[in-house]
Amino acid sequence: MASKPRTLYEKIWDDHVVERREDGTCLVYIDRHLVHEVTSPQAFEALRLAGRKVRRPDLTLAVPDHNVPTTARRGPDGARLPVEDPQSAAQLAALERNAPDFGIRYIDAVAAEQGIVHVVGPEQGFSLPGSTIVCGDSHTAAHGGIGALAFGIGTSEVEHVLATQTLLLSPSKTMEVRVEGTLGPGVTPKDLILHIIGHIGTAGGTGHVIEYRGRVFEEMSVEGRLTVCNMSIEGGARAGIIAPDETTFAYLKGRPMAPAGEEWDRAVAYWRTLATDPDARFDKSVTIEASAIEPTVSWGTSPEDVVPIGGRVPDPDSFADAAKREAARRSLEYMGLEVGQAMTDIPVENVFIGSCTNSRIEDLREAAAVLDGKAKADGVKWAIVVPGSGLVKRQAEAEGLDHIFMSAGFEWREPGCSACLGMNPDKVPSGERCASTSNRNFVGRQGPGARTHLLSPAMAAAAAITGKLTDVRDL
Amino acid sequence: MEAVATIEGRAIPFGAKNVDTDVIIPARWLKTVTREGLGEGAFENLRKAPGNVFDAPEFADSPILIAGDNFGCGSSREHAAWAMLDLGIRAVIAPSFSDIFASNAFKNGILTVALPQEQVDRLLEVARTSPITIDLEEQRVTTPMQDRFSFDIDPFRKKCLTEGLDEVGLTLARDEAIQEYEERRRRHAPWLAMGVRENA
Repeated sequence: MASKPRTLYEKIWDDHVVERREDGTCLVYIDRHLVHEVTSPQAFEALRLAGRKVRRPDLTLAVPDHNVPTTARRGPDGARLPVEDPQSAAQLAALERNAPDFGIRYIDAVAAEQGIVHVVGPEQGFSLPGSTIVCGDSHTAAHGGIGALAFGIGTSEVEHVLATQTLLLSPSKTMEVRVEGTLGPGVTPKDLILHIIGHIGTAGGTGHVIEYRGRVFEEMSVEGRLTVCNMSIEGGARAGIIAPDETTFAYLKGRPMAPAGEEWDRAVAYWRTLATDPDARFDKSVTIEASAIEPTVSWGTSPEDVVPIGGRVPDPDSFADAAKREAARRSLEYMGLEVGQAMTDIPVENVFIGSCTNSRIEDLREAAAVLDGKAKADGVKWAIVVPGSGLVKRQAEAEGLDHIFMSAGFEWREPGCSACLGMNPDKVPSGERCASTSNRNFVGRQGPGARTHLLSPAMAAAAAITGKLTDVRDL
Repeated sequence: MEAVATIEGRAIPFGAKNVDTDVIIPARWLKTVTREGLGEGAFENLRKAPGNVFDAPEFADSPILIAGDNFGCGSSREHAAWAMLDLGIRAVIAPSFSDIFASNAFKNGILTVALPQEQVDRLLEVARTSPITIDLEEQRVTTPMQDRFSFDIDPFRKKCLTEGLDEVGLTLARDEAIQEYEERRRRHAPWLAMGVRENA
């Protein structure tokens, strides 16, 4: 008897159910657990208090990223520099102690492999197709770009995974975001995902796992897929996923923690079976026309507040929903914008290229290609590039990208989360704007009073050159 | 986790939509290694405004918060739930919640009650003058004005909340099933089951 057609999500889910409870809740096995310094200390402490161990330290990888300063980590004499903020230092020290105490592999802040967990996982081959991946961070959705079921969890769940290697979960509903056609020149995966979030809204995917489907994704690099899946949570979906294919396999082959030899062949054979069956049904389906998408920027304080770069600041009264009208009014006040103002008339004082959304080698190449031989505008006071990992940084330097950035007036920093959430010293001053390749434009996200405009790395570079939001296609 | 039965008292008529976790607790408060003391940072930026609803004397120590759609969107920080708990909030009523926040709230014994917008609007109105009661066993929200609104809750979550169960302890008791699963995985997907090791 032929089995019922299933989606990619359903196949991965079914393969990870340890047991199904009568009430429908499932005990689900977790293959890979990424741990960072901010959401783990309370989990380790709870294990200690209860006298519990980490069940599978060999499936767990700890990397500091949120708090680490992005300035030099070693002095001229090679000695390690202390972290100045005592609270950050204490949190980093806790991870450095907890990892060996519980037998977990730890990538030190000064190691070449250190970086943002969501850059390190795929880069090391720790994240694999068809696996379940969790981390105490909502942007874990990123790993869906290599065909994993990956989602963010809270600290209690971090504790649960550490102790049991499982989670108690109810199955999610399935949602298909199908993109027809191809993206125009200058339109990147970041523009695509910002457009998708604008279309479905920040709660459009709540309760669902999104599968991104269509030729655009098939032709997209793994880096681009990671960018798209990364922001699924901004559309309310706990996870986003793209079917693994030859592009994925080529990306993973030979990575330090990826399977090798005969095991690799077996893994690939299995990964090829994961794609959604032709007759499988989704609970919800959205179709978007790629050719209609332009370079996209945010104007408000929610990632759904986006317009094409050629557009204008919207009138709050143009929204049908009363609560949205009120939210838009508050956003415009916070952002210091006028109704009807052209997006290309908005000046920026800061430019941030980095974050788990856009700090991979392709992102840096994309920005550098725009900046090559040019310099930032005088009005741009602070421009930084924060590579996603030490290996990305090294690769970029081998390609000479660091020189392009520094000649253009950018600072070339050490890897970490940096100005995406302003936990380390990298913050945007109050009242100032930032053209940012990060994922959230929430009130105060990049620092108290900071005004964030989300955009692609190419668009961030364009804004740096002109000192205002700019259509990169016009340069 | 403490057992939850009935939550009764004044409810903060907040009502805002898409309240993100950066609003509930800004990132600067996340540099802690404990769960306690985060109430001070809860809704910090909103509470800077004079006359804000959180600090109104009639809502001091309110155990319930009423909010708009998509409450708790954004980051996975459980600090949002810890901060609210520290503020004394034991239940949130809203038309919808972000998945991760709802899970974090549940793990900390905070009840998330999803009701249709018009019922939430009614409760926002009632809350200005009167207390609200949430009965978990009956899955019902009531007011002194005889409003009675039923809500759904995942049966497993209800059981954990009413009995104050330790979820990690519950799962550890299923160790045999987990071991069996791991045995199967070693045969069928050894590249995942054998643990991470670096290739030579």
